[in-house]
Amino acid sequence: MAALSLAKIEKTYPNGFKAVHGVDLEVRDGEFMVLVGPSGCAKSTLLRMVAGLESISAGVLRIGDRVVNDLPAKARGIAMVFQNYALYPHMRVFDNLAFGLKLAGTSKAEVERRVRHAAKLLEMEALLDRYPRQLSGGQAQRVAVGRAIVKEPEVFLFDEPLSNLDAKLRAAMRVRLTELHRTLREQGRPATVIYVTHDQTEAMTMGERICVLKEGVIQQVDTPVALYRRPANAFVAGFIGSPEMNILDAELVAAGAGLAVRLGGHTLPLPPERAPRTPLHGPVKFGLRPEHIGIVPLDGSTPVPAKLRFGEHMGNEVFVHAEIGNLALTARVPAPQAESLQASPRGSEVTLHLQMDSAHLFDAASGASLA
Amino acid sequence: MNTSAANPVAMGENRGAAWPRYVVLAAVSLLMLYPLVWLVGATFKSNAEIFTEVGFWPSHLDFGAYARGWKTSTEYTFATYFFNSFLITIPRILVTVTSCVLVAYAFARFEFWGKKWLFAVMVGTMMLPLIVLRLPQYLMFRELGMLDTYWPLILPSAFATDTFFVFMLVQFLRAIPRDMEEAAMIDGCNALQMLLFIIVPLLRPAIVSVIVFQFIWTMNDFMGPLVFLASVEKYPVSLALKMSIGATEEVEWANVIAISVVALIPSVAVFFAAQRHFIEGAAAGGIKG
Repeated sequence: MAALSLAKIEKTYPNGFKAVHGVDLEVRDGEFMVLVGPSGCAKSTLLRMVAGLESISAGVLRIGDRVVNDLPAKARGIAMVFQNYALYPHMRVFDNLAFGLKLAGTSKAEVERRVRHAAKLLEMEALLDRYPRQLSGGQAQRVAVGRAIVKEPEVFLFDEPLSNLDAKLRAAMRVRLTELHRTLREQGRPATVIYVTHDQTEAMTMGERICVLKEGVIQQVDTPVALYRRPANAFVAGFIGSPEMNILDAELVAAGAGLAVRLGGHTLPLPPERAPRTPLHGPVKFGLRPEHIGIVPLDGSTPVPAKLRFGEHMGNEVFVHAEIGNLALTARVPAPQAESLQASPRGSEVTLHLQMDSAHLFDAASGASLA
Repeated sequence: MNTSAANPVAMGENRGAAWPRYVVLAAVSLLMLYPLVWLVGATFKSNAEIFTEVGFWPSHLDFGAYARGWKTSTEYTFATYFFNSFLITIPRILVTVTSCVLVAYAFARFEFWGKKWLFAVMVGTMMLPLIVLRLPQYLMFRELGMLDTYWPLILPSAFATDTFFVFMLVQFLRAIPRDMEEAAMIDGCNALQMLLFIIVPLLRPAIVSVIVFQFIWTMNDFMGPLVFLASVEKYPVSLALKMSIGATEEVEWANVIAISVVALIPSVAVFFAAQRHFIEGAAAGGIKG
């Protein structure tokens, strides 16, 4: 296992399009790092550059203490799991796993040992004699992971490996992959993982640290909890968390000794610990997560009158969509509390309770966090 | 038919209207097959019967025509000519597959200077009538001292001049997703290992098509051997068949037809043996989950 370091990595295509803009990223030895972002954010490109499937236009890529910029894929000590699994259709599962080892001239006994070990780890011993076409999606996925494991690489690369699975299987595989990572660590063979996904749930649940990308630029690198609590900008704030954070146009005004937020015609006092570092007045973006908005008074919440739009019932909770002035926002409330709203018609009055001590303020122009 | 199968109502309607369609199809296929059936029947007939009767059922069953046809009027039997045909066909198939796969791999997977232009030129040569090449080829092989050998019939194929096959393989390769090759690259394949271990197995249905077509075309090739071969002992089946019609004495048609029927057997056998692979198709991988 090895650490991985990207320094000022850039990707410019022959047509002049710059996909990756000077990415700096340190992945620690044995760490599970998730690259997340919307489609077109260059997360897969970045992964393929690490893998050696795309050339690096500028910058330095290190795996361990080796600079690997110009090394071919096979010499980088990486293994990759593809979105479409990319199993060799003409080989049995055993040979799919053994193929790379055989090419590397590994002894027959060692190939056998590693393949059996990986098969056991992934509970797929019964599949070894099958052809890929005889596997279900979930099984093929496990074989693809197994093919990476047998190589005992320095770094594992995952390119949206779960996006071809149905929702239920995806949730199960998420747990399985996370467990696998923990198991390898407990066995004293921690695996450095770079995992690319566009799904923030996968990122939050699997990543030890998450790197949020947008248009080839890193927005923030931190632990899931830190990303959730202290997003560096409005983009990260909106991307991490489900349902996504309410981000509304507001105005920062003086209110007595402190500051207040003017939001859809209402003035909401801002707790001092949430005030911007540098005092300022004028337009800002106001962010508040749906879970910090209630329809009954919450801890230290501020009541605001609103108009009901509709509710999305999720079983245990209800996403209540409402409007303050002309600003649409979502509250996430426990189902029992929302029962009274179920019968209410569209446009009826409802009082929302905003937990201002969980509010985020972002620069109106750049979106950078003001906290 | 396939599209309507998704709709149960439409399928029901189809089923009701199916039998007239089968009758028409059966009639047409009988019409297409009849000459072949007649050909087999004619091998048991005398000259007089052949030219007077349209029915295929012979009046008596006599395999003598096969024996006489096989012996030929020359000093060699058809065993020699079949052997000669295979001496041309098998090496030609080997070099065709090797060269065409290599060239198609290059066109489909590598970037090189002038690729588009070269591909256009290659496709352009498909439009060239083969007969135009015969004279320059004849002169060239004469200079090389290869006349009256099998080289002129085999050697051109070793340079991927059967551009139709290259074109077909390129199209097939383009439809294969590159993930597997990228996985193989990470697994440590170099370009040649990639070709042997990954591309060729994936290309198998297309390669089988190349083998079948090249087999049938080479077995049937009359012009090539006629131009380049002079000695009777080197003649392939196609030339020997023509020879058996003879120039002077009266032709015993049953013999000629009998040996024509025999000459058809290898091509038909190869076709049916390979049919399964045609159907198997490219999507055998089942890559998606």
